[in-house]
Amino acid sequence: MNEREKNDPLREFGERLDKARAAGQGPLGKAPDDGPSTSTALAFGWRVGLELVGAIVIAELIGWAIDKWLGTRPWGMVVFFFLGIAAGMLNVYRAVTGLGGAVGFRQPQAGAPPSKGAGWDDDEDD
Amino acid sequence: MAIELHPLDQFKIEPLIPIHIGGIDASFTNSALLMCITVAVASLIVIWGSRGRALVPSRWQSLAEISYEFIAGMIDDNVGHEGRDYFPFIFTLFMFIFFGNLLGLIPYGYTFTGQIVVTFAMAAVVFIGVTIIGIARHGWHFLSFFVPHGVPVALLLLLVPIELLSYIIRPFTLSIRLFANMMAGHTMLAIFAGFVAPLLLAAGAIKAFAVVPLGVDILLIFLELLVAALQAYVFTILTCLYLRDAIHLH
Repeated sequence: MNEREKNDPLREFGERLDKARAAGQGPLGKAPDDGPSTSTALAFGWRVGLELVGAIVIAELIGWAIDKWLGTRPWGMVVFFFLGIAAGMLNVYRAVTGLGGAVGFRQPQAGAPPSKGAGWDDDEDD
Repeated sequence: MAIELHPLDQFKIEPLIPIHIGGIDASFTNSALLMCITVAVASLIVIWGSRGRALVPSRWQSLAEISYEFIAGMIDDNVGHEGRDYFPFIFTLFMFIFFGNLLGLIPYGYTFTGQIVVTFAMAAVVFIGVTIIGIARHGWHFLSFFVPHGVPVALLLLLVPIELLSYIIRPFTLSIRLFANMMAGHTMLAIFAGFVAPLLLAAGAIKAFAVVPLGVDILLIFLELLVAALQAYVFTILTCLYLRDAIHLH
């Protein structure tokens, strides 16, 4: 059996597969979109929680280090506590609205693909 | 007859081949051994899988092709076409974490992704690399990244530090997420496994209750399999998102 003979039924199979996928039938078709599954929702919840708490913890560490360095106790920790809350909320806001990890309030540019970071609802159908 | 439980002992680093170079402990440890095994297994699957190059793939080739297409699709979706330049790094990162997580689930193995040093090293490489890519592509223009558009100058004084902070936090949240997930899962497995032996040693009919923690552990193993794959995926996709920021600044 040479390559050419093998190719023909394959191409025909490919066409049928494409047709079936387009029709959305069978296991290979796209499943109806009922939101992200429990596992991705779980991971997303984890991400949001950590984003909020992690930001405050890291900010406090930076504030503490600055206090130690400049001897400005307790002002470094006070200022960085509020900065940390703001940064954490900003990160959560971006994660939830789908702006991804983008710093700055910029919408995705024309050349850039839209962020899919929001719900991690990737469709692995291609 | 007391049985002592040490659910955290599984994370202990044990030197296998002691190496000391100028006062620095550079011993080959159980963690390093598992990393080497992970690299070997991942390489073997990809190399073995791409060996046949058959039109209709064998099982191994399918495995290699699926992992290739999965990461290639992820980069195309999240970074765009320019992201293909960084495919080797992202693919390696994903395979390393994924197989590291999976091999860590094998009894008597070692979960090096449950070590904050390891995950932070990976996150730091991603963070520094992405920052360098951003600066190399955009020069000093990269700093405009931290200045939100259309904001009064007075507010910038407040917003720029917040932006800077939320950027600096990235490697920390990236590393803590992977480390905490792996460590919490494996600790939980060890705790429930630790309930089985004392129950079996207990008197009479109480022995039968040993089935309960054992059953919980079996269910937890499935959850951990899911977490292992999911966390490798999350780490990789966040790397992609950070890369997208650095490339598509303007």
